[in-house]
Amino acid sequence: MLKGRHLIDPMDFTTYELDEIFSLAEKIIEDEDRFKDACRGKLLATLFYEPSTRTRFSFEAAMLRLGGSVIGFSEPNSSSVAKGESIRDTIRTISCYADIAVMRHPKEGAPKLASMYSSIPVINAGDGGHQHPTQTLTDLLTIKCLKGQFSNLTIGLCGDLKFGRTVHSLIKAMSRYENNRFILISPKELRVPDYIRKEVLDKKGIEYVEVEKLEEVIGELDILYMTRIQRERFFNEEEYLRLKDSYILDMEKVNRAKEDMIIMHPLPRVNEIDYEVDEDKRACYFKQAKYGMYVRMALIMKLLGVEENA
Amino acid sequence: MLNIDSIKNGIVIDHIKAGLGIHIFKYLGLDKADYNVALIKNAESSKLGRKDIVKIENIIDLNYEVLGLIDSNITINIIEDEVITKKIKLTLPEEVVDIIKCKNPRCVTSIEPNIKHIFYLVDSERGEYRCLYCDEAYSNMEV
Repeated sequence: MLKGRHLIDPMDFTTYELDEIFSLAEKIIEDEDRFKDACRGKLLATLFYEPSTRTRFSFEAAMLRLGGSVIGFSEPNSSSVAKGESIRDTIRTISCYADIAVMRHPKEGAPKLASMYSSIPVINAGDGGHQHPTQTLTDLLTIKCLKGQFSNLTIGLCGDLKFGRTVHSLIKAMSRYENNRFILISPKELRVPDYIRKEVLDKKGIEYVEVEKLEEVIGELDILYMTRIQRERFFNEEEYLRLKDSYILDMEKVNRAKEDMIIMHPLPRVNEIDYEVDEDKRACYFKQAKYGMYVRMALIMKLLGVEENA
Repeated sequence: MLNIDSIKNGIVIDHIKAGLGIHIFKYLGLDKADYNVALIKNAESSKLGRKDIVKIENIIDLNYEVLGLIDSNITINIIEDEVITKKIKLTLPEEVVDIIKCKNPRCVTSIEPNIKHIFYLVDSERGEYRCLYCDEAYSNMEV
């Protein structure tokens, strides 16, 4: 039962509960019109303590497409937060007005704290470099819709695997399904943290390899998940110059990939995917953004418990 | 073994890992006690090889949570009329509230006023705790 629950960590829900959300999302994709009044009379509060246009728009679009309404702030200076109000007091007050709240905050654990004092469901829309669970739901729905399954996949994760929270969450989430294999593509100094290797991959006996160059492994992949590497993350300039092209996806590399591989990216992209790739049928990152909205629609409905009205 | 008079009414904290006795002694403020106390270091132990023991000739309030964090293997014996009336085996507490503060500067606890600092046990073998809010990892000794 998801009604009344919070979503703070990508692993808060069981795979069974996630399936419920994805099934509803697929119904919405199939016949969106049927859900246009599903949240009529319901109010979503968007509490964005730092700017994030993309995530906020995705949540707002989701609620509006369900016939609900939205209130909120998009940066703390325009709210009572500027007067020094605590997170606890803010969420307690908002709970009086809204039916569900979405929070983004630069401090880690802020949505968790809010959920402890809230009488309405709280969704974590990103807390610093900590968690961003609806990005994981987005990634999973994209995989479900485009690959048709969560099992028996070879998943390549490319870029900054050390600091990229979306990558860590996706590895954890996909490790819950059977027979997946990971190819982790990054410079040595930006490999996945030890705890992901030891506590997730090794613990569950999941097959994985760590390589430095994308072009060497792209042909094996069912999914390629690209992330950006910031230049300052490289150990030294020499390493950057030696490897930088390995982490830029262009058509030369895409041509070596399977015909049905899908290319994903949490967006925004900077220069890690060449614009020429956008036209290739394997480029799925803009579809992924759309799935992000659909999965948020399904999530809002499930947490509000309004499915039966649709 | 060094002979320390037996206790009439009081507490014996036994099976302390050698070297940790002094921490417990100080934590309990026994260096300032005006009743009989003894810290025995490096006593022979069949289980541990060497162990520390703290003897207190007084019934004082003990925070088992904190003692469990310092050393989860210790045994507390309550003595009344020279007889052990209660034996308490400590374990690592599942949750630790407001004993230390999270050191992660990115954690919400660094900005929110009057917040409870909560750590939950993730691995009792390794004594690993995590901050409830930001998941920063701590060992039981740090806590």
